[in-house]
Amino acid sequence: MSILVNKDTRLVVQGITGKTGTFHTQQCIEYGTNVVAGVTPGKGGQLWEDKVPVLNTVAEAVKEHGANASVIYVPPAFAADSILEAIEANIPLVICITEGVPVRDMAEVRRRLYFHNTKTRLIGPNCPGIITPGECKIGIMPGYIHKPGRVGVVSRSGTLTYEAVWQLTQKGHGQSTCIGIGGDPINGTSQTDAIRMFNEDPDTDAIIMIGEIGGSAEEDACAYIKEHVKKPVAGFIAGASAPKGRTMGHAGAIVSASGAGTAEAKFEAMEDAGVSIARNPSEIADALLRIYKG
Amino acid sequence: MNIHEYQAKRLLQEYGVPVPRGYAATNSREVETAISHLGDDDMIVVKAQIHAGGRGKGTFTDGYKGGVKVVKGRAAAQDAANHMLDNTLVTAQTGPEGRKVQTLYLTEGCDIEHEYYLAIVLDRETAQSVIIASTEGGMDIEEVAEKTPEKLIRVPVSPTMGLRHHQCRQVAFALGFKGDQVKQFARILTGVYKMFWEKNAMLVEINPLVTDKNGNLSALDAKVSFDANAIFQHPDIQQLRDLNEEDPKEIEASKHNLAYIALDGNIACMVNGAGLAMATMDIIQSFGGSPANFLDVGGGANEDQVTAAFKIILSDPNVKGILVNIFGGIMKCDVIARGIVAAAKNVDITVPLVVRLEGTNVEAGKKILRESGVALTPADSLVQAAEIIVEQVKNAGPQA
Repeated sequence: MSILVNKDTRLVVQGITGKTGTFHTQQCIEYGTNVVAGVTPGKGGQLWEDKVPVLNTVAEAVKEHGANASVIYVPPAFAADSILEAIEANIPLVICITEGVPVRDMAEVRRRLYFHNTKTRLIGPNCPGIITPGECKIGIMPGYIHKPGRVGVVSRSGTLTYEAVWQLTQKGHGQSTCIGIGGDPINGTSQTDAIRMFNEDPDTDAIIMIGEIGGSAEEDACAYIKEHVKKPVAGFIAGASAPKGRTMGHAGAIVSASGAGTAEAKFEAMEDAGVSIARNPSEIADALLRIYKG
Repeated sequence: MNIHEYQAKRLLQEYGVPVPRGYAATNSREVETAISHLGDDDMIVVKAQIHAGGRGKGTFTDGYKGGVKVVKGRAAAQDAANHMLDNTLVTAQTGPEGRKVQTLYLTEGCDIEHEYYLAIVLDRETAQSVIIASTEGGMDIEEVAEKTPEKLIRVPVSPTMGLRHHQCRQVAFALGFKGDQVKQFARILTGVYKMFWEKNAMLVEINPLVTDKNGNLSALDAKVSFDANAIFQHPDIQQLRDLNEEDPKEIEASKHNLAYIALDGNIACMVNGAGLAMATMDIIQSFGGSPANFLDVGGGANEDQVTAAFKIILSDPNVKGILVNIFGGIMKCDVIARGIVAAAKNVDITVPLVVRLEGTNVEAGKKILRESGVALTPADSLVQAAEIIVEQVKNAGPQA
């Protein structure tokens, strides 16, 4: 039915006792996510909201509660360290929601992810999270706009993903899994990674990719799609009207002075890969439904 | 965050990189002092300090040519400084309105033998820093990359291994340095890398790095930008921020934790989420309108922030209409609606306002707007919203 997360996911929340962590953990539990533990160093032994055991380390969450996914809500200065702690604890999936993580920290984290013994996939940082509708929601997206189904969605932007998902749901098309990979220049999971997983997932029939200006993540994904993906893919790129040399909210959304990473180059790559293009954000679901009947 | 050339050179100097002796000046008294430190028989370089490139080829709005002048003697330096200080410099990178020059940097001249290019940037694709060097210094490096890519030396540096001696030697030999110059260059590159890493820089660029007639290396011009996410770790760098170089609306927005970027159009947007904000600008443009700004109010904006956002938007005299586009997720539509109503009571909204709400508590939000009596046009979809605001601004155009 999905990739990466499902009803068997056992989640540990890093930063569970903070304001953000508390609010979103409540939302996720309400949605049906199995939150087995929380981690706040120094608060080990407490019970969060009378429900979830709080521990001092991620390793304990793995050992004592069988956690197999982690979500991170800790402040930006400590986020990279939290990711590294989860990697050292061999958690297979780490989702970092935190916005504003220093790029240098992420460069170090990415190196660690390359180690041959790394068992972790990182999603984010600066992302809304991941959801397999009806089974497991990890992150800050509103649950009710989703519906179980067979379309995979991957995106660099939060609210723009909600737009696309809501369009799909209203038109009667559910989603297998929706992943927000985040808007930062260095992240854990790329568009290509997500598309490869959707392509290999027997329960995903079609894919939506939402990109932004900056970097070459979408161009790389299109090269992969052209070569390997037979499933219908639709795409949208935000930032066609953005001026060069200014970062548009997301640190990763910048068109360099030399013109690399423009919306035009990305649309061209999609065209070349046979991706059905939405020229405006209201038509993302329509772009998919032109080539996919469900 | 960007800093001025003179600040970048001071930092480089702290990291052992030789730079020509120089003095910054913000008024005529400081100019005089600076000049008195420099020799009357020597070449003196007078450089306008603005956060934009292309200074040498720039023109001041009063017609005076060149934001970088190499002159002989104190009188000529004084004359150049008089022309530049508090004058407005227009370069290829400033836009037609130019930038007011509020600081000058006066340095000793240099007998240049050859100009090189040296930079360290963080490469997002490989997630490591990359040394970029070239024998073709002093010119636009992007042009070098395009026309003669073989003249660009690229050496990646692993964030976990750091810069190694052999890498310094590799770049030095590739640039054609010999003997003592190899050692000089290795010291410079080591210093530049250390500064890049320790200060969380995104870019350190020395262009040109020069050799003089005696074979000595020094940094003649420098550009440094820092990772805004890491500035909190570096109070010394934070102090180098020059608010004169930033749009006052952007400064005000950052005080309220709003991501705002001023653009030159006339339709203001207020959106939650950076991607959706960009997409909203795009759709305005696709209907023939022109966005006045990028504004992301974020995921958890409150009434005060929405009010502040309206004030900032309306302080731009070019704004002839406003499009609010909210997809309520965590942020509920009724909260945004209350924010809009409160803002309308606080701020005099004199231009057309189109509001599109979708998502969590959308009906409650629409009801609040309907019953508030605030003059606005509700829209059910983003396409419709964009169409309406572009049309309203067009119609209001001649009278406005």
